[in-house]
Amino acid sequence: MPSTTAKKHSTSRAYWTGFADGTPFLLVVAPFAMLFGVLATEAGLNVLETLSFSAVVFAGAAQFTALQLMQENAPTAIVLASALAVNLRVAMYSASLTPWIGAAPLWQRALAAYFTVDQSYACSIVQFEKEPQMTVPQRMAYFSGVLSPIVPLWYICTVLGALVGTQIPDNWALDFALPITFLALVAPMLRTAAHVIAALVAIVVSLLSAGVPYSLGLIIAGTIGMMAGAQAEVWLERKRSGP
Amino acid sequence: MIDQTTLWTVIVGLGIGSYALRFAFLGIVGDRPMPAWLLRHLRYTAVAILPALVAPQVVWPAATGGDPDMPRMAAAAVTLVVGLLTKNVLAAILSGAGTLFGLLWVMG
Repeated sequence: MPSTTAKKHSTSRAYWTGFADGTPFLLVVAPFAMLFGVLATEAGLNVLETLSFSAVVFAGAAQFTALQLMQENAPTAIVLASALAVNLRVAMYSASLTPWIGAAPLWQRALAAYFTVDQSYACSIVQFEKEPQMTVPQRMAYFSGVLSPIVPLWYICTVLGALVGTQIPDNWALDFALPITFLALVAPMLRTAAHVIAALVAIVVSLLSAGVPYSLGLIIAGTIGMMAGAQAEVWLERKRSGP
Repeated sequence: MIDQTTLWTVIVGLGIGSYALRFAFLGIVGDRPMPAWLLRHLRYTAVAILPALVAPQVVWPAATGGDPDMPRMAAAAVTLVVGLLTKNVLAAILSGAGTLFGLLWVMG
């Protein structure tokens, strides 16, 4: 059955494409996870507690937020609400991935939900839009490929950070690994005027709303950017089909 | 020192909450058709939220205590321009990182 072989072949190719696309993120994830390990230890958590935190929550930015607020003795409800607000963007990622992988079996979607993070989302959406002819199993293979190098390192480096407990030298400027990677991913996605408008509006609103507490500025900026993009799309289509 | 009850309440609560956020659409909506207006908005999720996530870090980096920093802004600009011109993610990352380290090194 040549067709089955071809299909199998392209599923494994999708996995390895994802693996290759996920690998550069090791440079971002490793220091980020180590830093969490270091800070958690400094806050008085032991290695097991630190690893449980990373494994159960699996959301870097939200973990840093929760840790910070717990150290400030904020009420538990405030800690939870703030960290979840920081993480609200993953609900948008989940929604954005649904048209592409919503037809996968429930157990796969349940797993994918746990693993929906900035890196897996960003790589996948770029790939799915670039090659819309991919099948759902190929998309799931690609998604898990992206995660394969990242996830083990996330756990390992959290533990390393907790064990070593030393600061990463500031002059490595690793704080900027994340912005550079995300900008590099977004730039090729700016294919139409509507995409550019969405990005510009989101950037302006996020800078204006930087003072809004609990990182809600990000959600406001993202939502307004999406609305601007969608509106621009409607407007541009109308203009094209008009007189 | 963080007390044990608070810590585990936060770990478990945040774990469930974060998972629910991610499962909401993928798990519950699944392959049921979504309205056109919603799909139209979702097409712009990535290009809106990812730049919004990094914009404040580019303009007011935490590493400099929030003071605008020329090497970081230049690195962001180079990354964006190379990404737009070449459509190559790795080329954009490398030129952005090169710009950042080059300028930090030159400026001592």
